[in-house]
Amino acid sequence: MSKNSEYLIERENKQYEVIIGLEVHAQVTSQSKLFSQSSTKFGAEPNTQVSLVDAAFPGMLPVINEFCIEQAIKTGIGLKAKINKKSVFDRKNYFYADLPQGYQISQYKYPIVGEGKVILDMPNGQKEIGIERLHLEQDAGKSIHDIDPNNTLVDLNRSGVALMEIVSKPDLRSPDEVNVYIKKLRSIMRYLGTCDGNMQEGSLRADVNVSVRLKGESEFGTRCEIKNVNSIKFMQMAIISEANRQIDLLEEGKEIDQETRLFDTKRNETRSMRSKEDAHDYRYFPDPDLLPLEISQELIEKIKSDIPELPDEKKKRFIDKFNLSPYEATILVSDIETSNFFEEVIKNSDVKLATNWITGELFAVLNEKNLEISQSPVSAKNLSKLINLIKDGTISGKIAKTVFEQMIDGDQDPLIIVKEKGLKQESDPKAIEELINKVIENNSDKVAEYKSGKDKLFGFFVGQAMKESKGKGNPQLINKILKEKLNG
Amino acid sequence: MSDITSQSLFELTSNIKEKKLSSEEITKAFINRAEKSKKLNVYVTDNFEKAIDQSKKFDSNPNLDFKLPGIPIAVKDLFCTNGVRTTAGSKILNNFVPTYESTVTQNLWSQGAILLGKLNCDEFAMGSSNETSFFGNVQNPVGENLVPGGSSGGSSAAVAANLTPVTIGTDTGGSIRQPASFTGTVGLKPTYGSCSRYGIVAFASSLDQAGPMTKNVRDCSILLEVISSFDQKDSTSIDYKRNYYSKELSKDIKGKKIGIPKEYRVDNMPEEIEQLWKNGISYAKDCGAEIIDISLPHTNYALPTYYIVAPAEASSNLARYDGVKYGFRSPGQNLIEMYEKTRSEGFGDEVKRRIMIGTYVLSSGYYDAYYLKAQKVRQLIKKDFDDAFSKVDAILTPSTPSSAFKIGEKTNDPVSMYLNDIFTVPINLAGLPGISIPAGKDKNNYPLGLQVIGKPFDEQNILNISYALEDKINFKNDISDWWLSE
Repeated sequence: MSKNSEYLIERENKQYEVIIGLEVHAQVTSQSKLFSQSSTKFGAEPNTQVSLVDAAFPGMLPVINEFCIEQAIKTGIGLKAKINKKSVFDRKNYFYADLPQGYQISQYKYPIVGEGKVILDMPNGQKEIGIERLHLEQDAGKSIHDIDPNNTLVDLNRSGVALMEIVSKPDLRSPDEVNVYIKKLRSIMRYLGTCDGNMQEGSLRADVNVSVRLKGESEFGTRCEIKNVNSIKFMQMAIISEANRQIDLLEEGKEIDQETRLFDTKRNETRSMRSKEDAHDYRYFPDPDLLPLEISQELIEKIKSDIPELPDEKKKRFIDKFNLSPYEATILVSDIETSNFFEEVIKNSDVKLATNWITGELFAVLNEKNLEISQSPVSAKNLSKLINLIKDGTISGKIAKTVFEQMIDGDQDPLIIVKEKGLKQESDPKAIEELINKVIENNSDKVAEYKSGKDKLFGFFVGQAMKESKGKGNPQLINKILKEKLNG
Repeated sequence: MSDITSQSLFELTSNIKEKKLSSEEITKAFINRAEKSKKLNVYVTDNFEKAIDQSKKFDSNPNLDFKLPGIPIAVKDLFCTNGVRTTAGSKILNNFVPTYESTVTQNLWSQGAILLGKLNCDEFAMGSSNETSFFGNVQNPVGENLVPGGSSGGSSAAVAANLTPVTIGTDTGGSIRQPASFTGTVGLKPTYGSCSRYGIVAFASSLDQAGPMTKNVRDCSILLEVISSFDQKDSTSIDYKRNYYSKELSKDIKGKKIGIPKEYRVDNMPEEIEQLWKNGISYAKDCGAEIIDISLPHTNYALPTYYIVAPAEASSNLARYDGVKYGFRSPGQNLIEMYEKTRSEGFGDEVKRRIMIGTYVLSSGYYDAYYLKAQKVRQLIKKDFDDAFSKVDAILTPSTPSSAFKIGEKTNDPVSMYLNDIFTVPINLAGLPGISIPAGKDKNNYPLGLQVIGKPFDEQNILNISYALEDKINFKNDISDWWLSE
């Protein structure tokens, strides 16, 4: 990587730029499917959430779920995108065992949401990624090949679940940007409540378009599409491997074929799925079972008025109002749950301490235990109490860490811990002076050394005084009184 | 009292309400006649035992407020019926028993009707002669070895042969009106959006409409009243105030402006059809209607447009019959082979032909030239009618360019078969209501029909015009019961 953090792949005096565009498939958060009333709940027994419509029985007709439409509009607004007042559902025709209708209802020519943008916070500043479009479509079912040795089994629970396909412009230039882009997209949708972004459950997956070109060139190279990658890590691995494959071809003077590829996570390489010649002819045409979708300005306005504060705006507010650094603000707003937790804590406590404690101790615990902040073992209320104990001098920051460790076990109240364990800080100047006198008496040789110029020994006296106080002495007070005694 | 099975729906309903007949008597009469009419091959699946049980149940506690009190009715086998096999005339659904009921048939049962059975039809409603059915062709009761029209051929034959008092069919390009015309019966295709498509095996979604097929116009108005309803389960269903069609039925059409489109005088149209049309015009004048010459300039393009749009939608609608979930499956070594064998063996030739046409016209590189252009022409055809309806209240045309033809006469010539739909197809493309009423006979004494086309949602008007014409025409179907066996 070069100094200005540009991502370039080097080959003997040549530098290649990697061009990436993502088609993200985000499952719409909704009770029921896009065109039927079946539940969308994850993890149910196979084929228990399938209506006659989902299984494409004869004479069954799709009926649009208005809530999914509103979710798509909401997401569009979150992406600062144009909401198209008229859009059309098309049929994408192909045969597969887990596609009961023999076509997927999708939006082709006229998507519900047009151009928008996503702002990325990169280490060297902000970068805008263009959104080409967002459209609604049905998910397919799931083919299971590894249960029965002779047959493929099909689970239609997912069949008909609403997906938003969010297509970016080819504006991404590195695996890092892809990481930040996906996280930002996920964050925006989680703020909006339109997609839970759960990659393990397949709520968020992406087709990755990759091409390469020599640095400085303006034309795009031939791209390849890597289908259905379901984690950020795999997306990054796939991009690096695919970009290098393409560069190797160019270096050998060969041409890149436009094709669809699959990423083999075990071998860390992409392989051809089908070439352009073999590309499906999906025979898109407007679904005659559904009227064109018309959205009123009133509905758009109503949804707009319900849009919560989004990460970019929240970040700005945190910086302006709480004087946080952009870095701190970015971390705190990255997830709606985190920012809610933060705001809950600072309702009754110091902002600076809260920021440090959340991004420091709390995050460390969450990481260690692999928990989401929503599962935090310490509640915002109790963390807030702990911070107040530090702030009013009842306990020292060091003691607070001990208290915090105990709080983790069942979200205990820090006040009770401090009381029961007698951890209250000693802030009586007389008591402090007494124990300092003791330290000075017991270390007369060190005092002499200090007075003859060995300033470094000051820390030693602080340590001894702290030890004498069994860790409860107010550090500021110890410092102050020690200085008076030794220098006086 | 005349023979039970020859009575109209209106008569049967009156007799039940006046307790002159029981539902059981009526139901058994139709079943007895059906047992002796197997030669016509109208039934794919009968429901006779259950129908008798239900008629007894009705009689034990009759609700006479119903519009179809204890009336047994057989329906086209394109309507899904809960617990009763529904085949769409295809091998691929030979074993298919729905667990749900179409909205239109549900509307029948909710008004007291009883299911007699499922009537033969062209496979997936693709045909004009009922010869594409997997369950064999249907005989037209008008004459031996004559087709009953299609695709609702079993339905038209059953009404004409007094095997059901009334029935319902579906009409995508003429599948109600053409068979009605061929059998001397009345058939109405309502405005697109009038009758729910929920639970009807789809052929071409933007064209399909269910409608009544009856012996006379009054019965037609009663049945339309029952089956037409707004349905949230069909996104193309339209929520509008429906008329009380049977109550508002009137022969007074004085001052109504009736348009005669010059483009419907097609080349080589038989003299008899020309004469039929002239007679219709003079009857309309007799009723006090005003006749106005109009032009529907894009009429010539309707048939080619239809044979792009309908197969395109069908090719996609029929993709679900793949052997995976229900219906016929022919096993294969892998998924592709299973698909190929299932669909090759499960579909008949006409269905395959249309799937191939439809797949072709939607293919990349051909889409713009065929499908997109067809959609544009469809708009022009619709506009023709809009313009015409700014001048007239209804349009009068022949229903078909010929009377019923012989079984096998056109099976090897799809294009000449398609030409049968020339007068009915534009109405589907424009989404308008159209009705065919029997209006005369040709030299062989085979029935011929006239079609009355209306503005959207103006079924009442075309019913009234038909009602008035019916009275003047005084058509009598000449059916000899030649097929009856003992």
